[in-house]
Amino acid sequence: MIDAVPVRHPGRWVAVAVLAVLAAMLIDLLVTNKAFDWDFVRQALVQTPVIRGLLVGTLLGTVLAMLLGVSLGVVLAVMRLSDNPVLAGAAWVYTWFFRAIPRLVLLTIMGTLGILWPDGLGLGVPFVHQIAHALGGSADATFATVNANKLFSGLFAGVLGLGLSEAAYMAEIARAGILSVDPGQREAANALGMGNGLAMRRIVLPQAMRVIVPPTGNETIAMLKDTSLLIAVPLGTEMFFQLEAIGSRTFKTFPVYIAAVIWYLVINSVLMAVQARLERHFGRGFGTKPTPTDQANRTTMLGLAAGGAR
Amino acid sequence: MTGQPLVRALNVHKAFHGNVVLKGIDLDVAAGEVVCLLGPSGSGKTTFLRCINQLETIEGGRIWVDGELAGYEEMDGRLHRLHDKRIAAQRREIGMVFQRFNLFPHMTALGNVMEAQVTVKGKSKAEARTRGLELLNRVGLGDRCDHYPSQLSGGQQQRVAIARALAMDPKLMLFDEPTSALDPELVGEVLAVMRELAQAGMTMIVVTHEMGFAREVADRVVFMDAGVVVEQGPPLEVINNPQHERTKTFLSRIRQENDEYAAALEERAEAEKL
Repeated sequence: MIDAVPVRHPGRWVAVAVLAVLAAMLIDLLVTNKAFDWDFVRQALVQTPVIRGLLVGTLLGTVLAMLLGVSLGVVLAVMRLSDNPVLAGAAWVYTWFFRAIPRLVLLTIMGTLGILWPDGLGLGVPFVHQIAHALGGSADATFATVNANKLFSGLFAGVLGLGLSEAAYMAEIARAGILSVDPGQREAANALGMGNGLAMRRIVLPQAMRVIVPPTGNETIAMLKDTSLLIAVPLGTEMFFQLEAIGSRTFKTFPVYIAAVIWYLVINSVLMAVQARLERHFGRGFGTKPTPTDQANRTTMLGLAAGGAR
Repeated sequence: MTGQPLVRALNVHKAFHGNVVLKGIDLDVAAGEVVCLLGPSGSGKTTFLRCINQLETIEGGRIWVDGELAGYEEMDGRLHRLHDKRIAAQRREIGMVFQRFNLFPHMTALGNVMEAQVTVKGKSKAEARTRGLELLNRVGLGDRCDHYPSQLSGGQQQRVAIARALAMDPKLMLFDEPTSALDPELVGEVLAVMRELAQAGMTMIVVTHEMGFAREVADRVVFMDAGVVVEQGPPLEVINNPQHERTKTFLSRIRQENDEYAAALEERAEAEKL
């Protein structure tokens, strides 16, 4: 056995000391400063409107907007990589447009889109009325009319705005993922008689997911935070807006912000655990077997999440 | 239709961005025949092989597989390009083994062999599994079916790739330098599987640098250089008594490399003995 004197790291001890002092200061601030009003924070966290806002605007909004963003994004990525120049061009224009518009602005516009169809939005075959008119007759192929002002409000408009915007980013992420797969994979699939669509679904996309999942996790976390913009639609059934409302009613604005921070931290921790799971699933076969440390981390993380839920 | 060749290539031309790779290849391969394509790198043999499977589109000439024109349909004296679906159906009859294996890394060995049986041939999972296990056993990997490609050696991966191609019950097997990416000690196990396949009567076209395999297994060797077929015939005639200068140069260089390699191996063996 080697019994050597290990290398000393005095810098580490200095860093530990500095951080310990800073942490002590922070804890002191949190505990002694009356402005935090922890009792009020605790109450604000679980108020019924806050919980409803959390479930509808914040969580459901995130899930639906990401579902729309990811599925549309993958379609856009496939279009962008297509041999068909019209499809590729259309996908490029889409990304160009929606990446340029700030989400706050987009959501505000979404809430006012109803103004385009004051007489209601007709669903049917387009231009039938105009063509019939030009031919000297009259015809209508509208099956149903919806109230556009009602349609473009609330959760629908919010999810539509956030999802359309997200698709522009997801398209780039999915494109990078698809391009990361060795072209030999598609050739091998083709050589087995698989068509391009089947090869994409069964062979290319599952491998692309390994590259797509980590940035998509980031996007989901960003989306969770961006649901706080939903008030621009306006959608009031959202966690941050409800907490702010409590703050302005009770003049305890600072504690409700702390409550919002706590909720965002909790949900983010859960999302990170889900992301870690997905990464392991799509990493199978790539020599990313979970190491004992990963296993231990996962147990701790899930333990935390489960404790929080109870 | 006896006497009709399984593969007939007529005056096949192919260029990549103006760089002509195939300059009129004519080749017939009979059912059950094993043909080895030899030639220096850049001679176009791999490209020709990929043309048979339509992984490359040809610019001139025709290729028929089992009497069916590859990639086109002749109607009213004009060629019409086939729809992707029809091309996929044509490829189903042809198995292909790649130099770099190209196994699907996100599936186990058995998953690789089952995939196209289920998604292309529409077999049930149970049927595909039975056939998959049978084929993995045939290539000597029955005990490795739950391994992912990254957990297999190169030789094992290539044998899985052969099983995967066989699972489609192809009429023709194409091998594109199947042993070139392998460590020398793993070449033998792949060649053994191919030899067994040839003895079982499979029609095979093999691009290879393995002269021993060509001599022993091939019914015919075809020597290509600079996009044309230089000479062809029974392996012993072409390899032992080449007629063309280009064939002689190529074969002597291969022989020299093999000798040097054998000498190096011997040296190492002796060094290890000491």
